[in-house]
Amino acid sequence: MKNNRKTIKMPVRYLMNAVLVALLFVVLSFVTKDMLSTYQNKVLLTVGINIILAVSLNVATGYLGQLPLGHAGFMAVGAYTCALFTKYSSLPGGISFAIGLVLACIVAGLFGVLIGIPALRLTGDYLAILTLGFGEIIRITLNNIDDLLGFKLFYGAKGLKNIPKYSNFTNVFLCVVITCFLIHTMMKSRHGRAVLAIRDNEIAAESCGIQTTYYKVMAFAFSAAFAGLAGGLYACYIGVLNPSTFGFMKSIEILVMVVLGGMGSMLGSILSATVLTILPEATRSFDSYRMVIYSLVLILMMIFRPGGLLGSYDFSVSRIVEKAMNGELFHKKAEKEGADHE
Amino acid sequence: MTVFFSQLINGLSLGSIYALIALGYSMVYGIILLLNFAHGDIIMVGAYMSWFVMNQLGLGPVTAVCATIITCTVLGVVIEKVAYTPLRNAPRISLLITAIGVSFFLEYTAELVMGSGAKVIPAYYDSKTFMLGKVPLGLTSIITLVVTVLSMLVLTFLVQKTKLGKAMRAVSEDMDAARLMGINVNSTISFTFAVGSALAGIGSVLYCCSYPQATPTMGSMLGLKAFVAAVLGGIGSIPGAMIGGIAIGLCECFVSAIGLSAWKDAVTFAILIIVLLFKPTGFLGRKVQEKV
Amino acid sequence: MKKMISRRNFLAAAGVVAAAGVLTACGGSSSSTAASSGAASAAGSTASGDTIKVGVMGPLTGDVSVYGKAVVNGATLYLKQVNEKGGINGKQIEILTEDEQGDETQAVNCFTKLVDEGITALVGDVTTAPTLAVAAESAEYNMPMVTASATAEAVTYDAETDTVNENVFRATFTDPYQGVHMADYAYEKLGYTNAAVIFEKGADYNEGLAENFIKEFEAKGGTIVDDESYSKGDVDFKTQLTSIMGKDPQVVFCPNYYEDVSKILKQARDIGMTCPFLGGDGWDGLEGYATADQLKDAYFCANYAKGSNPDFENAYKAEYGEEYPNGFAPLGYDAAMTVVYGLQAAEDAGLEAGSDEYKQAVIDAIASGTIEGITGTFTFDEHHDPVKQTAILCFDGETPVLKEMF
Repeated sequence: MKNNRKTIKMPVRYLMNAVLVALLFVVLSFVTKDMLSTYQNKVLLTVGINIILAVSLNVATGYLGQLPLGHAGFMAVGAYTCALFTKYSSLPGGISFAIGLVLACIVAGLFGVLIGIPALRLTGDYLAILTLGFGEIIRITLNNIDDLLGFKLFYGAKGLKNIPKYSNFTNVFLCVVITCFLIHTMMKSRHGRAVLAIRDNEIAAESCGIQTTYYKVMAFAFSAAFAGLAGGLYACYIGVLNPSTFGFMKSIEILVMVVLGGMGSMLGSILSATVLTILPEATRSFDSYRMVIYSLVLILMMIFRPGGLLGSYDFSVSRIVEKAMNGELFHKKAEKEGADHE
Repeated sequence: MTVFFSQLINGLSLGSIYALIALGYSMVYGIILLLNFAHGDIIMVGAYMSWFVMNQLGLGPVTAVCATIITCTVLGVVIEKVAYTPLRNAPRISLLITAIGVSFFLEYTAELVMGSGAKVIPAYYDSKTFMLGKVPLGLTSIITLVVTVLSMLVLTFLVQKTKLGKAMRAVSEDMDAARLMGINVNSTISFTFAVGSALAGIGSVLYCCSYPQATPTMGSMLGLKAFVAAVLGGIGSIPGAMIGGIAIGLCECFVSAIGLSAWKDAVTFAILIIVLLFKPTGFLGRKVQEKV
Repeated sequence: MKKMISRRNFLAAAGVVAAAGVLTACGGSSSSTAASSGAASAAGSTASGDTIKVGVMGPLTGDVSVYGKAVVNGATLYLKQVNEKGGINGKQIEILTEDEQGDETQAVNCFTKLVDEGITALVGDVTTAPTLAVAAESAEYNMPMVTASATAEAVTYDAETDTVNENVFRATFTDPYQGVHMADYAYEKLGYTNAAVIFEKGADYNEGLAENFIKEFEAKGGTIVDDESYSKGDVDFKTQLTSIMGKDPQVVFCPNYYEDVSKILKQARDIGMTCPFLGGDGWDGLEGYATADQLKDAYFCANYAKGSNPDFENAYKAEYGEEYPNGFAPLGYDAAMTVVYGLQAAEDAGLEAGSDEYKQAVIDAIASGTIEGITGTFTFDEHHDPVKQTAILCFDGETPVLKEMF
């Protein structure tokens, strides 16, 4: 019976998704240009940056099953890398921004490897506290170092200023798409399946010949690299960097997005990052109550839906299309079966 | 040398406060494997209670101390019943997020009600300074040390010698087996929270003796430090929490004393990382063998 | 374009409904101002010629809200007083308030939101980091902004590129200014020759004061026997104080905010330290946080000396039901006064509100103007910093009293 099931070929699937993304881009860019105010556009950019953060943390939390509390540290590394490069390079804007973002990814990824190797020897809460420690060390270091080898670079607590503001809707959207695409394909690949196997049962995975350390560090570095990307976008969005932005609370904020959305669900991360960014802005008039409400929602959410909004469900256009195609088939199949019985 | 001994005393008294709070963390973790992020905020509520009783109601320090400890104990149990019990079988991370949610809730509510400005807590007693040779020794330091050691002794007795303590140890060892043995798991867990929170209450009073101010966010950093102390000492272990707390107190003091106070937290975390790498369960933690 | 307007009207209408809902539900004083501004903004989009919109922003919630509220309250108080007296050339000022929670991202969002709502000038921001972010953003709009309390030099003047942020002014004096001033005062007036310093590291304000105090004090011929620091959130200062006590200074300069100062003073007495302390304007608000014994022979400099303007203090109390909480409130008041001074000039010139010339007129007027504020009469120098006298205060028991202007 399985052979009868209609499927869509791989290239068509990619094409379908690409068309949808392009469509979304066209619609959104039309909307941002003509219908949204400057303020709403700013909020939209923060949404994009937060989506990248949530989706990237989801790799380490949802797919790898670890609990890192130092994501803001990687974001800081990326932010400072990109900021310094774009600020001091004499290349034309677009190129220097692109290189800055790539550098941000690479450097943050390297930090991910550096921290991942010792950290991933531990599990669970010990890993959580270790990554928290690393994140705080990064922040404190940035806060206390003004210069590097005699060059005045970081400006410590005074804040790094005059970062060119390159981030706009187009490049943030592009980065979101690239992040989601790369993470998605990575997770569907052999490497991704190995990572999932480690999450489900590390010992079993190891006995099947999966190099657990390698894949753990890889996933961790992957997660860190995209946090770096988000950091880079953030730096060129806000124009001023201050180490205190990247404290422990920022890590928690990202973690909350991932868990609320449902761990291991990319769509969940995207949705909850969007909602959790827009909601506080939309409830500005409630002022002092909004944070209390936010914390209550958090508690209630966890009590009534401990798996998060979407659990591990992920949205797939091709699957729906396939279902629709097979839906017709389903009737036929039922008839056929009915006929067989007779 | 005088300065050295003074710094030693400073470190010990700071460390004992960390130790007391770390104990609460450690006990809760030992029994339901939950990082109770709200623990630090219980201390904050306790501090406001002291302020309220002494400053607003004008009652004496004894009433304030009792009210603080009782409030903390009750609050701890209520939090456990309302927020953590429904999640007993949920994934660990959901429990953690709930704890973070509770912590936020307490902080923001406190801010809403009390404002973000610091409230000054009246002195519980007249502070005096004794001279030990050339080393000045504050009454506050003495009280802090004595109370911490006493609490630790009482707690050890409670856990090792009493029936309830035995039940607590059994539940933390294996919850299902304990249930089969006729132990009321729910009330044992509540009791653990009560004890842990009462310790937080005592910690709160000691904290306010040394640093008499209450702010909505005072608990978060304190909680984090205590958490680090608990992990350093080996989470789930009573003497471990004591050792971890004092180690961190001393470390902070001596790093500050050599003029690197801005790097103090970084050094603390670095030490934690190094210890965890060589002894992944902390100084006194038990190694749990994973079964396939 | 049509779409945009209809959308905005829709939002405004929704805002009115929501605001009305909030108003009936709570009836609190804070929500009522929000509601009235929301309602007014709906009306404003059709009749913007009748009111002048001024944005006021600061951290109204979060852990620095104690400063933010003071600034916003102070500024709002002044703007309301102007309205009561008939506004600017008969036009009422419409106050739009935003809460940025002490966060850079939110500060930029709030700022753009205010710009969208059509403000002509801004009073804000409050703390240094968000103010820097807002200053960077506001340059694109050449929006006149006056910060009440951001002391960092970089807010108005960029030393890296040696440029002045043309549209940014501040009402408070800068870090270097205070540090130098207190060093002079300690050496010349009080006759101290050796001093120690304890300050929060990693914070612009505290570091700036401490560095400049040390430089100036040594330049005068004094000795700094010890400088100790701590980091944000610390509560235990005994270690640093013990080190300082070991060096036996005549006086300790403690340029921190009053909540920390209160702890430092207590712990200093706890470990048996007896020497007096000096401070900066962060001490304004210390009343009730320290005992008379701890404050013996202590001096600090401030923008505003408590009691020097009873009208302001009474008006504040009448409006908000409490004493003004700290030195940020009078600065907020003066920042608003500076903004109104600029707006007055632009209105007198009959320019169209919100146009480029209008903004430039506001900026030019402030840059060359003299403002008779409650923290003293001041003008602006080429870095857009106020030039004014400093009040030196000492303590009578626990209450700060004006010692002299220096």
